Amino acid sequence: MNEQLAFTIEVFANGLMAGVLYALVALGFVLIYKASGIFNYAQGVMALFAAMTLVGIQNGQVPFSHLINAIFGTDIHKFGWSVHSFLAIILTVFVMIALAWAVQRFVFRHLVGQEPIILFMATIGLAYFLEGVADLMWGSELKALNVCAAEGACLPQGMNMWLEGTTYEALGYGFFIDNLDIVASIIAAILVIGLVMFAQYTKQGRAMRAVADDHQAALSVGVSLNFIWILVWSLAGFVALVAGIMWGAKSGVQFSLSLIALKALPVLMLGGFTSIPGAIVGGLIIGVGEKLFEFLIGAPFLGGATENWFAYMLALLFLVFRPQGLFGEKIIERV
Amino acid sequence: MKDNAESYVTADGRTIGPVVMEMKNITLRFGGVEAIKDISFDIREGEIRAIIGPNGAGKSSMLNVISGFYVPQEGEVWYKGSRRPPVKPFEVAQQGIARTFQNIALFEGMSVLDNVMTGRLTHMKTGMLSQMLWRGAAEREEVANREVAEKIIDFLEIQAIRKTPVARLPYGLKKRVELARALAAEPSILLLDEPMAGMNVEEKEDMSRFILDVNDEFGTTIALIEHDMGVVMDLSDRVVVMDYGKKIGDGTPHDVRNNQAVIDAYLGVAHDEEDAT
Repeated sequence: MNEQLAFTIEVFANGLMAGVLYALVALGFVLIYKASGIFNYAQGVMALFAAMTLVGIQNGQVPFSHLINAIFGTDIHKFGWSVHSFLAIILTVFVMIALAWAVQRFVFRHLVGQEPIILFMATIGLAYFLEGVADLMWGSELKALNVCAAEGACLPQGMNMWLEGTTYEALGYGFFIDNLDIVASIIAAILVIGLVMFAQYTKQGRAMRAVADDHQAALSVGVSLNFIWILVWSLAGFVALVAGIMWGAKSGVQFSLSLIALKALPVLMLGGFTSIPGAIVGGLIIGVGEKLFEFLIGAPFLGGATENWFAYMLALLFLVFRPQGLFGEKIIERV
Repeated sequence: MKDNAESYVTADGRTIGPVVMEMKNITLRFGGVEAIKDISFDIREGEIRAIIGPNGAGKSSMLNVISGFYVPQEGEVWYKGSRRPPVKPFEVAQQGIARTFQNIALFEGMSVLDNVMTGRLTHMKTGMLSQMLWRGAAEREEVANREVAEKIIDFLEIQAIRKTPVARLPYGLKKRVELARALAAEPSILLLDEPMAGMNVEEKEDMSRFILDVNDEFGTTIALIEHDMGVVMDLSDRVVVMDYGKKIGDGTPHDVRNNQAVIDAYLGVAHDEEDAT
């Protein structure tokens, strides 16, 4: 097999895997934007917060321990137990639901009917507030995230030797693909299918689409706006948790995790702000696009490091030629 | 005065049921402005009840009180024999009161069929997981809901546009789709906010026919608001007339038509002149 071609395929595959993670973050944005018209700048911080909470619970950390110690002069940091990953994830989901409720109750319920820019500003405030809370609650040091279903069955790290070996024997070229990326792709795929089925078929999903379309009409068919908004923030919190686990397992749980939100922006411009499939396809295109561009054009001709800006360039092109994105709703209006 | 719990038969042979909703001394204020002043009336099962009055009389406010969009400062709303506590609009819908809007509130991005199906939301009871997997009870429920929706679509003669996105439809058809969605909820009371507003004569005739047919076929109790007096008189069993937030008449179309206060309101007798006489 042609070495150059094989290497291109490998880059392509790695790009797909990276794209899945971008898509995961973008999904959280789409959910909230679709149902409430709020562009949630805090989505990245929510992923960070979720990942930190998960690690904290797993390690039996005492939340707000610095604060408690400073006030009472005590010296407690840990409960002295460690929580099973599965239980810790469930507990974190509850924390994210509580967060969704609090955000709706204390912030956005008071901002119903405000200009989009005001709602956006509120989410910026929320992002910094949440980052501060995360810091205060769990501390700011870098933490490793290990999620294990059972003893020895953890989220895998490192290259997949089996895949490399098999492809080497079959094709004469060993493909290097990260184990974690494979797992992340599978989980993301399941999540997306689940979300689409939820939105299409369940009563709550239909109510969600109704609210996204027209508030007054939704009220008149018996849908509680408040409930739906808490629901979408909870779902976005759950998606953030999944994204946080995947990114955290890859590069540790640290504050730069919240910056993945910025990577989701070009994905959204490509896929459209209101489309769940759009977020996925957009993520994949950006992931593959930036890896291939770097490999084929960036590194040989442009001196490399094109991954930093390629996605935004692509998004800019899309904004010019197809502002609603690939799958965004084209605005049809009878005049 | 007829007994609230008894049915009676009208002069033209229509059977009107017992009282299903009663408004008692409703007063609604916006700041210092009284939109509704101490109004009482009732709605009986199976009748077509109209609320009429000139523009700004407080008709829409009244409808919004019934449907929970406004909460009156004073007065009581009695529904199905018990006093209704202050409720949110979506709770009113869940209690079986469906409505349409004067300016049409449809899900513009959805097809006509999907819009009508949202009217069935309050009738979906099966679990979330079984709905997601489309199995067993959820599937049967969906099929049943779909049947109701299709029956109403046929009834209102909008089969041809079932799959059309609502945003593409002309005004008159949108009004009909909105009626279909409200009907799909199989409501105890159907509230229509100016169902004929902005329509041409032909569309108005169609809409009148549909309102009568719905009442006939499904026995739906209908309360409607209209400022076009002519249309209302032909449709309704009983009429409440409002002017400047007050009730100035209540009775059969015949009674109301011969009521001096109503005639004055519609012919535009100046109010200070009225006081002087």
